[in-house]
Amino acid sequence: MKTHSEAAEVFNKDFDRTTWHDQTLFMVRQKRDKAAFQIDDWELLRETASQIKNNVLSNMHNYLLQFEENASNNGIKIHWAADAKEHNEIVYGIISDYYRGEIPVDTFKGMVKSKSMLTEECHMNEFLAEKGIEVIDTDLGERIVQLAEEPPSHIVMPCIHWKKEEIGELFHKHLGTEKGNKDPQYLTEAARQHLRDKFLTRPIALTGVNFAVAETGEFVVCTNEGNADMGAHLADVHIASMGFEKIIPQKKHLGVFLRLLARSATGQPITTYSSHFKKPRDGQQMHIVIVDNGRSTQLGREDFRNSLKCIRCAACFNTCPVYRRSGGHSYHSAVAGPIGSILAPNLDMRANADLPFASTLCGSCSNVCPVKIDIHQQLYKWRQVLVQEGYTSMSKTLAMKGMSTVLSNPSVFKFSGKVGRMLMDKLPFLVNNNMNPWYKQREMPEPPEESFRDWYKKNKK
Amino acid sequence: MSSRENILSKIKQNQPELLPLPDLSVLGSEKYDLVEKFTEILEGIGGKVLQVSDIEEIKNYIISNYPINARVISTLPAFSDNRDWQTADPHSLKDAEFLIIKGQFAVAENGAIWLTESEIGQRVAPFITQYLAIIIEKSSILPTMHQAYEEIGSIDYGFGVFLAGPSKTADIEQSLVLGAHGARGLVVFLV
Ligand code: SF4
Repeated sequence: MKTHSEAAEVFNKDFDRTTWHDQTLFMVRQKRDKAAFQIDDWELLRETASQIKNNVLSNMHNYLLQFEENASNNGIKIHWAADAKEHNEIVYGIISDYYRGEIPVDTFKGMVKSKSMLTEECHMNEFLAEKGIEVIDTDLGERIVQLAEEPPSHIVMPCIHWKKEEIGELFHKHLGTEKGNKDPQYLTEAARQHLRDKFLTRPIALTGVNFAVAETGEFVVCTNEGNADMGAHLADVHIASMGFEKIIPQKKHLGVFLRLLARSATGQPITTYSSHFKKPRDGQQMHIVIVDNGRSTQLGREDFRNSLKCIRCAACFNTCPVYRRSGGHSYHSAVAGPIGSILAPNLDMRANADLPFASTLCGSCSNVCPVKIDIHQQLYKWRQVLVQEGYTSMSKTLAMKGMSTVLSNPSVFKFSGKVGRMLMDKLPFLVNNNMNPWYKQREMPEPPEESFRDWYKKNKK
Repeated sequence: MSSRENILSKIKQNQPELLPLPDLSVLGSEKYDLVEKFTEILEGIGGKVLQVSDIEEIKNYIISNYPINARVISTLPAFSDNRDWQTADPHSLKDAEFLIIKGQFAVAENGAIWLTESEIGQRVAPFITQYLAIIIEKSSILPTMHQAYEEIGSIDYGFGVFLAGPSKTADIEQSLVLGAHGARGLVVFLV
């Protein structure tokens, strides 16, 4: 597996494409700003959302019990999965039970699925495919990457790295659209017809969960396309998979989160559909699989537990200069971007030790996060942990040790700044050597004649 | 121990000390001209908003703008007496062209309309039909989502949805296309 910086190097070979990717995402970031500025209480909303989530983390045990009880009373069957494997087995078990143990060998045995990053995290599609069960992703972007046999590169816009010419080509091959037609309207219509047939013929639908309300036992799923609803309301069996951190205390708290989610994600005032599933419809089975998969461990890590407040809006992706210029696949993790780089090492420190380094620590992520997660600080803290535990390469370890001495000691910081400026000026090769992992791929800026610190000292009266 | 007990006990052990819930009563003080704001926002997200004085005006609009030979369903007696579709197999609605319903209330800040099973007749109906018309009483428009959840209160339902505009996607190079999987168009009649 390539590390983030190796994969980013490949991504960056096509300069124009990288620039296009960068600009497309920044446009989404600007839409978010525009939407946020229209709400006078935006900062108050973020603070409130953050406090609700803090309360959730601190009372998770009771809220989950309350949710389980209320959802069960509503006729929903609750399942608990300790890890990805158990999640996949539970889903398989539900399908198998539906067919009374004899899953038929024909094309109608499959499942339609709307967006669920959790099932990506669990590699559920591959697991079910091995058992002969086809999973059709129904979100347009997810269907595109699925046909291309790729994972999504972004949690809200799964094929943000694809150009319309390429999608036209892909659809020509798989859906029989006209060769060379790249018109988004035409291609979307083709996908609509293709997937409508799947919705109408698949008896099992799986959706994600955006929010699960402890007070009432209902769960909310947000989409723009309507694919979660087309799947769930036509299927005999609706399975909803959720990480346990999706719980919120009361229904009225949805008001806070639904005001923040779409505005932060795409700049829309709200998603087209915010569907509240409370009871199965007559004759339908409804299941919720509550998944841990490392989350309870993260809850115990004081420095990192706040990452569980995430509502998966992807604002931190869109604003991140590293994500924008390295692409989602460089992160080799279901959830990419700044928040993914905090979640992934919790699951496997060795495999994901590179990710907390895929950041400039500029802090833009923390500034846009609707639930006020201290993202860049957690990335910095992970670096300390990973270095201490010996998961990083020697050059990074040495550099980090140097950095932390410098940063934890103001007089050394002052001195080293001066030395640094002289070094860059006179001996640039010393800074641009292999011992400095931050130099790679970056042009070092011209060092200022006097540092801000010196300037400030001289000029402050 | 089962996974359930394992997960719950680990959570109990690892969760931090109890922190209080914030006060929500300070939120939602935005003052809007409700009809104007709702119209502006909903049209901004692809919906069409028309102010009408009576049912006849709605009927005339629909007759002159949509294919009336196609299958039209409604939960409102003024438009159709047929109720059979509400209890039929949901798949049988696949050829429905047009659904006419009345929304419980709407939200000015985001153009969303609250619907439950009692308004939509069948859960799949507002998603599977090609076009959707919703009647909203002007006096039922609320400023923000906070008032919306107050309005819903503890009223029971099996399924409810905030619906804001027609189905859409921007997955192909961020170009906005209406009509991804749900309704291709939404017209709201304000009465
Ligand atoms: S960490 Fe914050 S900004 Fe990033 S996806 Fe989660 S909620 Fe959104």
